[in-house]
Amino acid sequence: MPGKLKAKIVAGRHLPVMDRASDLTDAFVEVKFGNTTFKTDVYPKSLNPQWNSGWFKFEVDDEDLQDEPLQITVLDHDTYSANDAIGKVYIDIDPLLCSEAATVISGWLPIYDTIHGIRGEINVLVKVDLFNDLNRFRQSSCGVKFFCTTSIPRCYRAVMVHGFVEELVVNEDPEYQWIDRIRTPRASNEARQRLISLMSGELQRKIGLKVLEMGGNAVVGYLQCFDLEGESGIVVRAIGTACTLEKLTNPPSNAQHTANSSPSKDIREPVFGEECPCNPLSSGPSTPLRAPAFSFSPSKSYSRQSSSSDTDISLTPKTGMGSGGSAGKEAGPLKTLLRQQTQTALEQREFPFFTLSSFPPGFLSHVGGVVSARSVKLLDRIHNPALGSSRSYKLLDWNSGTADEPETRDAWWEELRQEIKSHAKALGCHAVVGYSESTSICEEVCILSAAGTAAVLNCRFLQESCQDTLTEHRLSRQLPLFPSGSDKVEFDLGSSASLGCEDLAPPGCGFCHIPYDELNMPFPAQLSYCCCCRRAKVPDVLFTTIDLPTEATITGKGCLIQARLCRLKKKGQGEANATCISSLLPFMEYELHTQLLNKLKLRGMNALFGLRIQISVGENMLVGLASATGVYLSALPSPGGIQIAGKNPGDLSYEQHVSNMQRKINDTITKNRDIYQINPPEVVEEVIGSPIPEPRQRSRLFRSQSESSDELSELDLSHGKKDAFVLEIDDTDAVEDIHCLLTDAPTPPGFFSCNTEIMPGIHNWTSGLQMFTSVRVFRLSNANLTNQGLNKIFNELCENLLKSLYFKLRSMVPCCLCHLNFAVAVPEDELIQVAVTAVAMSFHKDQIQDSNKSGEDRTAMKVITEDQLQFPMELSAETTPAQLLSAAKNSGPSDCSTSGLARAPSVDYSSFADRCSTWIEQLRLRAHTIRRGSIKTTSSLERGSPLPDGRSRSLRSTRSFHGSSVAVVKMTPLSFIPGAKIIKYLGIINMFFIRETTSLREEGGVSGFLHTFIAEVFAMVRAHVAALGGNAVVSYSMKECVFMENPNKNQAQCLINVSGDAVIFTRETDLETSSTQLQAANPQSNEDTPA
Amino acid sequence: MSVELEVFVGNNTMMDEDVYQLWLDGYAVNDAVRLRMEAGELRDCDVSTDVVLSDTMDQFRTFQMCEKLLHSPSKLANQLLFQIPPQKQAMMIERYYQFDRPFAREVLGKKLSKGMKKDLDDISSKTGILVKSCRRQFDNFKRVFKVVEELQGPLVDNVQRHFLVSDSLAKDYAAIVFFANSRFETGKRKLQYLSFQDFAFCAGQLISYWTVGAVDKMMEDIDVDLEKEFLHNLKDLKVLINNKDMLDQHKSLVCAQLRGRIKVFSEMDANFKNLSRALVNIAANLTHNKDVRDLFIDLVEKFIEPCKSDKWPVGDLRLFLTHYTSTAHMLETFRYKPIWDRYMGVIKSCVLKMYHD
Repeated sequence: MPGKLKAKIVAGRHLPVMDRASDLTDAFVEVKFGNTTFKTDVYPKSLNPQWNSGWFKFEVDDEDLQDEPLQITVLDHDTYSANDAIGKVYIDIDPLLCSEAATVISGWLPIYDTIHGIRGEINVLVKVDLFNDLNRFRQSSCGVKFFCTTSIPRCYRAVMVHGFVEELVVNEDPEYQWIDRIRTPRASNEARQRLISLMSGELQRKIGLKVLEMGGNAVVGYLQCFDLEGESGIVVRAIGTACTLEKLTNPPSNAQHTANSSPSKDIREPVFGEECPCNPLSSGPSTPLRAPAFSFSPSKSYSRQSSSSDTDISLTPKTGMGSGGSAGKEAGPLKTLLRQQTQTALEQREFPFFTLSSFPPGFLSHVGGVVSARSVKLLDRIHNPALGSSRSYKLLDWNSGTADEPETRDAWWEELRQEIKSHAKALGCHAVVGYSESTSICEEVCILSAAGTAAVLNCRFLQESCQDTLTEHRLSRQLPLFPSGSDKVEFDLGSSASLGCEDLAPPGCGFCHIPYDELNMPFPAQLSYCCCCRRAKVPDVLFTTIDLPTEATITGKGCLIQARLCRLKKKGQGEANATCISSLLPFMEYELHTQLLNKLKLRGMNALFGLRIQISVGENMLVGLASATGVYLSALPSPGGIQIAGKNPGDLSYEQHVSNMQRKINDTITKNRDIYQINPPEVVEEVIGSPIPEPRQRSRLFRSQSESSDELSELDLSHGKKDAFVLEIDDTDAVEDIHCLLTDAPTPPGFFSCNTEIMPGIHNWTSGLQMFTSVRVFRLSNANLTNQGLNKIFNELCENLLKSLYFKLRSMVPCCLCHLNFAVAVPEDELIQVAVTAVAMSFHKDQIQDSNKSGEDRTAMKVITEDQLQFPMELSAETTPAQLLSAAKNSGPSDCSTSGLARAPSVDYSSFADRCSTWIEQLRLRAHTIRRGSIKTTSSLERGSPLPDGRSRSLRSTRSFHGSSVAVVKMTPLSFIPGAKIIKYLGIINMFFIRETTSLREEGGVSGFLHTFIAEVFAMVRAHVAALGGNAVVSYSMKECVFMENPNKNQAQCLINVSGDAVIFTRETDLETSSTQLQAANPQSNEDTPA
Repeated sequence: MSVELEVFVGNNTMMDEDVYQLWLDGYAVNDAVRLRMEAGELRDCDVSTDVVLSDTMDQFRTFQMCEKLLHSPSKLANQLLFQIPPQKQAMMIERYYQFDRPFAREVLGKKLSKGMKKDLDDISSKTGILVKSCRRQFDNFKRVFKVVEELQGPLVDNVQRHFLVSDSLAKDYAAIVFFANSRFETGKRKLQYLSFQDFAFCAGQLISYWTVGAVDKMMEDIDVDLEKEFLHNLKDLKVLINNKDMLDQHKSLVCAQLRGRIKVFSEMDANFKNLSRALVNIAANLTHNKDVRDLFIDLVEKFIEPCKSDKWPVGDLRLFLTHYTSTAHMLETFRYKPIWDRYMGVIKSCVLKMYHD
């Protein structure tokens, strides 16, 4: 009996009227955990009952604590007939099982009914007393922390990153049970909700066990998904990155301020005593260079203790000392040696995958490119229900678990992962970062997809304890830190200097350098010398699934780039259908890829981050949507233009048409460069060398198809031997393509958008943020559509959706839509569904104006750039290293602040100091801007107040509800809250809801129904977070939104799955003071105050 | 090809005050979109009708969902479904309970029953207020009436406590509730010239001085009804007109005060007995419910109209009423001075308020 769960039912409010005669309700509550049920007394004739029950105690295994939710049912007592259920509350008690997370769940939670929605609220109190369990063979994994956040959580540091963990569980779907024919929709929905809650609990427990086995204590980047496979059941699967995290005992705070903001009540994680490899480093708030341990355990048996520094020394070659300044050639053998070591360490892992998408600076040595794999599977093939699953009694009351299935599904994913691994290897990479998996199911066909970014990780991070906690590296949101003493800085310098090897690559461009062998490239590629350091080769275009590394030097701003595609397919059954789909997939990927490249070029950019390619399957079509954030990486060469070639050159009018189009494209490129402030200064030099810097396109995308027959094929997405990037308009398709390119509406002024965590190039966020979900379903009424027609419709659908978002959020301008996450589905024959979840964050204008100014300064260079674009592409010439070298000589101090370091012959100690000091300077500078920004808030508000309507402002800042019982809970898909500091993670929020109606018209039609449901889901998430004591959800995402309707029957059903991390945040001290000023200045618009 | 479903839900409920007003005014979505497009507010945004339509639909849906909560505004503050900043909540409530005065004027004094709904169409066509908005306003009246009717304590406070509206709006509601409860006649043609504000002022006077709560704040009684005992005592005032000596004496006292001070002295002199009789008779008859209902029509017919026909300026009327009231104290045999003051104080201010074209 290792745990005692205690629950108390306090009161209810706003209950629905259950007795029409008295207009009142006789409510009582059933509290159920596992198979134990308690009841409260009936509180007669009230809509606001006060039960004030005693403690209901459940003595249970911790295994059950992890799997089972606490189920609270509110009922109306009826003397003569059966008691009517009012609704239920499922409480995931997992956050209470971890000493560092929440300690109590207490508050008002919405009472939810799958037919009626929210019906009043109930006030409950839940606690858990855990006894220590020393059983080594235990099945539970209490205490393992889970984070949805795809970076190291803010108030933790990673002692060690163990690697990839995955698990899946399968069960039959209650909706497809025979019993479903005789039970009510409510009973069926509730069975499903409960089952999924159980399954995700079990899944989390199993993953936790794996983590414990690896010696970790947390899962970061936890991604859990449901596959509703219909007849063949429900699959709940999850992937994540196992880590050993250590709570920062001193929450990072400005060095000038003492750590008074440190919440004393925070439970400190037992520090790993003397094993802590870098005690002098880890003490106090981390400075950017001070680095706590961050290492990989090469094998499962690798214990925590062995990550101490003596290991590092043994692994770090002595020659590394002082050799820092040596040029690439000298470092060569050393580099390989170290890489080999890293590689071996990683290769011992089955899958060197990381679900994280942002890393500490310098963690990524090189990024190879996107690797992806898809396979089409038939679901009915493996449908072989077996009996006697060991835990089925827990999962299914009707006792028919399908024990074989997890293995089948495991094998499928294993196959894909192997493929990803081999792709990564082909790119010369030993790891895959930003890894994710997804499925799309239509009837019995299922497309499994996996994607990630092949990368080489820095050996220094793999071996030595030299890593900056991720907590502080984003200065835009966190106040920068200053080293509290110079001695510490020196220590850091020493440790960094001793690293040698690949550390030499300047942080701003190192990750762009190719990881693979130049002579033995995995695909035809156009390489050139890095525009930052001129030392290593870089590709001309880089596609990745990760967030933009913080150290990356970029030019201008980024923007959302989407490729959209529809392909009709014949309706089919079984294997024929699967074959048909898998033969279509390569073409779709190719086209999506081409579209992405074209659009990237059109915006004058050269890299994509956060790339997510979604291919959804419907009965008669496939829909592909690729979203990414385009940026101009300063290290990569400037992208060439797009050239159009006509097919019959003789025709004059035709030629005119072509040249017209060419001009339009060139104009657009110029305009876009202006909008996104892409004025790379290096271009000038490059022009000397070769007028057309990068004529040829090549992809970083590796993909392959595997049919259900497991046949593997590989597709080279590069444009083969074509020297220039030429669009031939020899058929209508190409014309459509070009149209498609040019019809992307520009974002309205004041708006930016991206699908990554933060917008490259924007830093000074205000606290104004608005998370939203928008869903659209489009009906294609015309049965005989062409591919082109379909594409056009789909394109318009997405564009209109974006336009509508910009319109809705116009009061937040200047603002950026971050983490724009599109999810496409084909729920029925002629329906396309697009769901978007994102956060709109406003920022201060000043910075933009500043950069505009600097943009003007660069106009001279821009002119040259434009001239360059006018040249036809045929003149393509290889940029020879010699030319580049001479160019490098000519170049003065480049904008890359660290490039001086890279070229200096003797680097090691002094230049490290140099680098540090510049870094610190930068920090100060940014701190300054932050403070300046906060002052400007006041002034801008003052300016703003005479405006007739204060509504724009009130939207911008969620205010604290003074005198109201409802606490404000912020929600954001990002891992941070601008201007605030996360002081505590309270646990993972993972909720699954079903809503059904048989009175669709009465509930305002499909839109009214879904609108209410989404609002209810938000409300329930907020309430649960507030009950845990939190005031925000970070890394929020809507994983699933399955909407089905039958308007003829006046029915609809919707399933939503959301997840995120519940946190407590406080405003940063600086901002607090400024906000008090602000309040004094303008009491009408008070900023947030910590709840 | 059509958009089947279109929703936008923000973590913080988003609403545009202008759109809210359009919704409150009872516009259908399409009309609201048209008005928004015409309003020019969106001119610089360069948006298509579709975008505005979808935005309007979203907001109208939100308002519809909020409407249930607005029916008992205290719920809005502790509901969980919508995250709305308190200032916005206050705005929503205040606007929701705001009403058009022409509409309120039509409904004033009528029984707030279901039967009224048929009349809403007529009121709508008469006032130009959309039926939907009329219904909202009417339902608000009914709801407030139902809640406040049975409550003890000051009427305005009760309205404010339960509906969280501003002070001025609460006062207006108090007037509406008071009129509906006592069913004062306001619909007669002769009363048509009076506005809602006129009546609201009179209601305020009656509530402040003639109800039980007016005399004794501690009294646990309902503020909605006039004090029965007071009305009964008013009968005693008849002595002022029945006693010939007293009437003459009263007249001479008033004349002495007003001689040379008012323009209409001769008319006053001629009419004094009629006017005094009218006022005292109105007082004496207030024991009957029917006569209470007719208070305003009686005042107009028996007092205001005669004065108007003699073209009394307002200033003269004020002087007359002031001295008419005060001189009664000098009548030696007149014993009902407190009741007289309580009666005349209200009558004076009501008459003065109602004395216009």
